[in-house]
Amino acid sequence: MTALVIILTVVLAIVVIVQIGRLSELAAKIRGEKESEAEGNKRSAYGMIIFMVLFLIFAIGSSMYYKNSILWYGPHVSASEHGSLLDDTFNLTLFFTGIVFVITQILLFWYAYKYRKQEGKKALFISHDNKLEVIWTAIPAVVMTFLVVSGLDTWNTAMADIAPTEIAGKDYVEIEATGMQFAWMLRYPGADNLLGTRNYQLIDGTNPLGQDWTDEKNLDDFMPSKIVLPVGKKVRVRITSRDVLHNFDLPHFRVKMDAVPGMPTYFVFTPTVTTEQYRKNLGALDKNGEPLYPEWHTPYDPEDLTSAPRWKKFDYELACAELCGKGHYSMRRVVEIVTEEEYNRWLAEQIPYYTSTIKKEEPAVTEATSVETDTTAAVTGK
Amino acid sequence: MANQDNSHLEEAVLERQAHHGHDEHHDHDDHHGDKYQSNFITHYIFSQDHKIIARQFLITGMFWAVIGALMSLVFRLQLGFPEESLAWLQPVLGKWIVVSEAGIGKLDPEFYYALVTMHGTILVFFVLTAGLSGTFSNLLIPLQIGARDMASPLLNMLSYWFFFVAGAIMFASLFLSTGPFSGGWTAYPPLSALPQASSGSGAGMTLWLMSMVFFIVSVLLGGINYITTVLNMRTKGMSMWRMPLTIWAFFVTAILGLLSFPVLASAAFLLMFDRNLGTSFFLSEIFIGGEALEFAGGSPILYQHLFWFLGHPEVYIIILPAMGIVSEVMSVHARKPVFGYKAMVFSIMAIGFLSFIVWAHHMFMSGVNPFISNIFVIFTLIIAVPSAVKVFNWIATLYGGSVRFYTSMLFAIGFVSMFISGGLTGIFLGNSAIDIQMHDTYFVVAHFHIVMGVAAFFGMFAGIYHWFPRMFGRFMNETLGKIHFWGTLVGAYAVFWPMHYLGLAGVPRRYYSFASFDFAGQFGMMNKFITIAAILTFAFQLLFIVNFFYSIYKGRKQTEMNPYGATTLEWTVPIDAGHGNWEGDIPEVHRWAYDYGKDGEEFISQVTPMRENETPVH
Repeated sequence: MTALVIILTVVLAIVVIVQIGRLSELAAKIRGEKESEAEGNKRSAYGMIIFMVLFLIFAIGSSMYYKNSILWYGPHVSASEHGSLLDDTFNLTLFFTGIVFVITQILLFWYAYKYRKQEGKKALFISHDNKLEVIWTAIPAVVMTFLVVSGLDTWNTAMADIAPTEIAGKDYVEIEATGMQFAWMLRYPGADNLLGTRNYQLIDGTNPLGQDWTDEKNLDDFMPSKIVLPVGKKVRVRITSRDVLHNFDLPHFRVKMDAVPGMPTYFVFTPTVTTEQYRKNLGALDKNGEPLYPEWHTPYDPEDLTSAPRWKKFDYELACAELCGKGHYSMRRVVEIVTEEEYNRWLAEQIPYYTSTIKKEEPAVTEATSVETDTTAAVTGK
Repeated sequence: MANQDNSHLEEAVLERQAHHGHDEHHDHDDHHGDKYQSNFITHYIFSQDHKIIARQFLITGMFWAVIGALMSLVFRLQLGFPEESLAWLQPVLGKWIVVSEAGIGKLDPEFYYALVTMHGTILVFFVLTAGLSGTFSNLLIPLQIGARDMASPLLNMLSYWFFFVAGAIMFASLFLSTGPFSGGWTAYPPLSALPQASSGSGAGMTLWLMSMVFFIVSVLLGGINYITTVLNMRTKGMSMWRMPLTIWAFFVTAILGLLSFPVLASAAFLLMFDRNLGTSFFLSEIFIGGEALEFAGGSPILYQHLFWFLGHPEVYIIILPAMGIVSEVMSVHARKPVFGYKAMVFSIMAIGFLSFIVWAHHMFMSGVNPFISNIFVIFTLIIAVPSAVKVFNWIATLYGGSVRFYTSMLFAIGFVSMFISGGLTGIFLGNSAIDIQMHDTYFVVAHFHIVMGVAAFFGMFAGIYHWFPRMFGRFMNETLGKIHFWGTLVGAYAVFWPMHYLGLAGVPRRYYSFASFDFAGQFGMMNKFITIAAILTFAFQLLFIVNFFYSIYKGRKQTEMNPYGATTLEWTVPIDAGHGNWEGDIPEVHRWAYDYGKDGEEFISQVTPMRENETPVH
């Protein structure tokens, strides 16, 4: 029945379209082709101007509407050191491209309107103008040079690895994230501040990362279910993959790097805002006690109006940003940035994986593996 | 359109042709083609007439465009209305709609990714490469340079049929029980190499690779033909600097294709070896499906280098023909020479050249040495310069013109608008520092859909509306065309503009559902808006399709040979020309292609000899 209705609607739509087409042609014939063409030409020319105005309003209006939800702005300036450099490069680029966007779109539609075909007006014969062309080749070239230089400066700062003189544990924290279908496994180096060696051939049910237990550095490594990091301290994330490509993505910190099987990658960054502080920034009030960012004061669960406001529930999140299969969209981990003391307290609570699982001193399954099975279950929809 | 009644006339033409010295290349092939023209199969199916082959490419491309667009609507429904039941799609999609006991039908995530992958593959290769470049290179190269056909009509025919076979294989893969390939159109290994990693990576990927190989052959056969034809078969007087910009664009496009597609072939073959012969080109240290695989020493990044060495020129293979078409259409309908013809040609060449040395800008975050990226950033942002020159020149072409707003002209103007919007976001993405945040987010989706998806479609539409009479001897309906244009212009911006904000919020692309993440899940309303806009925009394309097929049979008849008052050679060909194009001699060319409004004359055809005291433009 529904199929029949759909088919009928489509057929009807086609008939209507064809009739519109035929009518318009007939009308044109009656009114005289030339006249109706001139009429249509004028309509299209006005259409150009109307579109231009509406389009620019839409472009600017929508960006105002979303400005508190997108990163780079307002409460969402970067939560990492290198990230603010990225934000600057972004804003610089936006400044230049914004100007070009507005000017060129206006000229395009304005000229189309202004130079529409009109009775008695002839087109000019201008084939080229070398001076003009040199100018508008040079200007983009200069602007691009400027953007390239500032961009590369930022890039090389952001991507710099740890210097050989820096000491793990003292100058920076090293952690490891391993992508697998479909979860992130996290590993901290433990008391010795060094990650133990791994061999993918050793991977099995109880040894998900293939840690080599003959390597003593492995014995104190632990695998938490979330990333906890101290604010203001440099972090080097060693990024690996167990199966296919993944991508270690921390949008709020402007961190992103592929996880490649067989080739560890890294990203070094310094978190600058604690989770607590970020929440406060989102929930900030202005001088009159009104919310600065009203959209963050709406209930977290739109169906439950009594639930906590969104800003209170904010968490930094780790995602996967390289297609890795059917569960790609669900590889979530929470990232928590805390003060140095809180971090040390948390560290003290963690139990090395070797102690908890391999030596079977504690009967409970580690948090990490249990979460991992949860995610897989969610993906398969069971 | 070859007219049966004219067959005696055509024969007479061929007789004459055979006696003309400068036609000697064609005689042999023309006789072959025409001898069998009365036969339906050789005329409409295995035709060697470039005009028929162009139509074959166009209609096949349209078929794929509809399939690809419908796929996008299905996954847009999932993204815009994740709560709604899709059970009503079950009669079509079968087991890929998982219906719960409560009767709620959900799109299977595996199939969601298959749809995304197929949408990308189909649109990039089948529609915007074969459908766009295939159609217009075939139609316009011989007609605009003054040749009776391509250098090799046989290879030309094969080019279409290899494309057809590629399409047939891809189409068959849609019906596999394990589903078509679902690892993204870029097919990165190890996901694409291991059937354990994704069900689409089994038979689906095998067929995908086979289809690609056939497609590559098609592009190479077409490309080598286009290049040869442009270089060797221009009519007397048609120097390179007198060629219309369309031909320059098709020519450079063909060179890009010829140099880059073989690299994709090598990637495809190495991937086949890894999949079937146990080699480790792209695979190393993988534990999957409960076992540690034997592969050692390969690098998935090697594949990415090979893929993007094609993949980046590929986007210019898509956009350059559209640029050429737009330049031509704009000039004709603004009644003005295209501004800065030589600058336009040099821009095309510069873009073509640079497109080969920027591929790694797709790989800033792939784990390559960050130092390498410095070089690719520089070259990538240099491309902005010739692109900007082209935009300024298009705008300057309008300046002082006498613009006739035919539908083709509207689409040409729309193209420039889209190219500006999408091109500028490329400046963000090409800068590796910003790309750290933007890579693989919806910002990229917005960027490439606007700049090479929508813009290329606009170029294609401009070309179809403009040269429809040249193809079918009738005009498309202008009223419907204009409705189509405004609907598409507004609709396309409504679909893709908001995606910038998703990307700026960090939302990754290729997500089946945004609900797992707080930062990604906050844009429910926008996603609904995008989906509705996409459905409406698609409805406007149906309008186009109805108009297209209706006009083939019932459209207003073309009565004048040169209805637009254009200068180029395709309008000196009789309306119902058969294989061989011109009756009698091929016209001789005396001037460049853009003498519009010169010396007070509205237009001067390329075949008009220079008058006394007239100074040529160059």
